[in-house]
Amino acid sequence: MALPPLDSPQWQSPGRAFAWGLRSITQTILTVVLFVTYLGIGALAHDSHFSLLWALCSTLFVWAGPAQIILITTLGSGATVIQSAIAVTVSAIRLFPMVVSVLPLMRTPTTKRREMIFAAHLTAVTLWVECHRFLPQVPRERRIAFVHGLGCGLVSVCLTANTVGYFLAANLTQTLGAAILLLTPLSFLFSTARNSREVADVVALALGILLYPLAAKMNSGLDILVSGLAAGTIAYGVHWWREVRA
Amino acid sequence: MSFAQLIGDWHALAVLFVAGVVPNQIWRMLGLWFGGGIDEGSELLVWVRAVATAILAGVIAQIVVEPPGALASVPDVLRYGAVGAGLVVFLLTRRSIFAGVVAGEVFLLAGTWWLG
Repeated sequence: MALPPLDSPQWQSPGRAFAWGLRSITQTILTVVLFVTYLGIGALAHDSHFSLLWALCSTLFVWAGPAQIILITTLGSGATVIQSAIAVTVSAIRLFPMVVSVLPLMRTPTTKRREMIFAAHLTAVTLWVECHRFLPQVPRERRIAFVHGLGCGLVSVCLTANTVGYFLAANLTQTLGAAILLLTPLSFLFSTARNSREVADVVALALGILLYPLAAKMNSGLDILVSGLAAGTIAYGVHWWREVRA
Repeated sequence: MSFAQLIGDWHALAVLFVAGVVPNQIWRMLGLWFGGGIDEGSELLVWVRAVATAILAGVIAQIVVEPPGALASVPDVLRYGAVGAGLVVFLLTRRSIFAGVVAGEVFLLAGTWWLG
């Protein structure tokens, strides 16, 4: 499926543009990665004793995979609401530059801020990547409608995956249940590694994994924050050192 | 599974709102409000992104080291081996997420079957 040319009458109505956005989810391998990831999140929610409604609400209203697994994992292992909220807040900071860089792609001189609220909500790493790929092929005045369609399509895929994963975890044998739960760390590890373009990102990922078991030994209740701040700051130090030497 | 179990309790949903929804939407709405004046390559954002990546890495490690539910029934060596095998295949296939995930899963299932 190719998108119609920019001057095609297909783009005359916002409804059509929404439909093209919706159909575009079939044009990317990231849809499969998202499905697998959210299958794992559904299973993780089940085995951490959350309800299906809770899992679906987290996908609908949080709409950020990393934040969702941080939330489920920390709350499920006995962290307080404040500790989880801090970890999620820090992990969500990366949404800020994403929104800042993606909204100008769909703004026209007459666009009002409130018209972009839903597009801002839909912004997460997958949509951010796909906007940079698809939007140059969409007429500017139809881009918000297109993004709404694309985002709604991706959310629907993830809600379906959550439900399937939840029931699989509830009904499968222990071995297959374990295999579904392993999907989450595997898909996040590899998708983060793939998105790591700079040295700082690679060091943060590797050190963050290696330092966690050490931080967990301290048993402070803030293990994730301690290892994350330490590994992230060291990674930034490496980045800074290379800049200075260059 | 009963209907009530699928819905859960209101307390858990309130926690989801406070610890999950608000912390995410704050950053999106700040981006919507202040967009434009921020340099994407600024040093502060490089540090923030590194810390956010390391927090996610810690959670990935936590799921493998202190696994929840059914994953806890798998011996340590199989869980670590599955991630290792997946990583090797991921790197060998020029960073294919799909190949890495499949390799990790195959290692886990084959290992469980082998150990009986």
